[in-house]
Amino acid sequence: MGTSVFYFVATLSVIFALMVVFAKNPIHSVLYLILTFFTFTVHYVLLNAQFLAVVNFIVYMGAIMVLFLFVLMLLNLNKENEPNKSALLKIIGIVAGGCLVVTLIGSLKSVAITSPLVLKNPSLGLVENLGKELFGPFMLPFELSSLLLLSAMVGAVLLTKKEEKANG
Amino acid sequence: MGSLFENMQSVPLNHYIWFCAIIFTIGVVGVLTRRNAIVIFMSVELMLNAVNLLLAAFSVHHNDPSGQVFVFFIMALAAAEVAVGLSIIVMVYRNTQSIDINVLNRLKW
Repeated sequence: MGTSVFYFVATLSVIFALMVVFAKNPIHSVLYLILTFFTFTVHYVLLNAQFLAVVNFIVYMGAIMVLFLFVLMLLNLNKENEPNKSALLKIIGIVAGGCLVVTLIGSLKSVAITSPLVLKNPSLGLVENLGKELFGPFMLPFELSSLLLLSAMVGAVLLTKKEEKANG
Repeated sequence: MGSLFENMQSVPLNHYIWFCAIIFTIGVVGVLTRRNAIVIFMSVELMLNAVNLLLAAFSVHHNDPSGQVFVFFIMALAAAEVAVGLSIIVMVYRNTQSIDINVLNRLKW
């Protein structure tokens, strides 16, 4: 079996990510995005980052995907009024993306780390270890992130609330 | 779970970097080529996820849990960002009856 699991899952995630971008129907995009996130969860499990795998599963595949699907259904979009860019702009975008990936991979070749990934401490990604880290040195950012979520919640409610008087 | 990781021991860190670069680029291409605001938002999520995975891989490489804590914070930020961003999209849709971002070019004036 060896490393083939990683390459198999990586291929799957690349295919699903491409489908997200190139699917015509936005609903299909969301469904492919769910599959992409699932493959990322598998990647976290393969890295033995079990806490991140669970959080990725719950937050991305649970909360964020429900939000996307909900908004998409709410807006009642369909394929007919799906806006499309001109073919020229699409080709330019794809060429720019190709240049970006070539630049990234080419520039990272000089600092290539070919040593295999070795997990020195098997409990690195477990909840116990990360919890000690989160409530130790990262206590203040952790509390601040709760403020961030609160303000995001208030902001979302405030933004979507209908104005009672448009010129009031 | 432990035996699963034993099999992973021979994947070079390089391949993680390449894989994440490819996923990130797909996200960039999505932002550049689509006009549907929600699909652009999903492409941004793809980019965030690519960076998350790379942070986790480097955290394993350096045997440092800080990287994984950072990924946790990025996930919290992504949740907040999606909530606010989607509510902005809903508001735009309510005002313009479309989620075509080209309609928003009148924000320039």
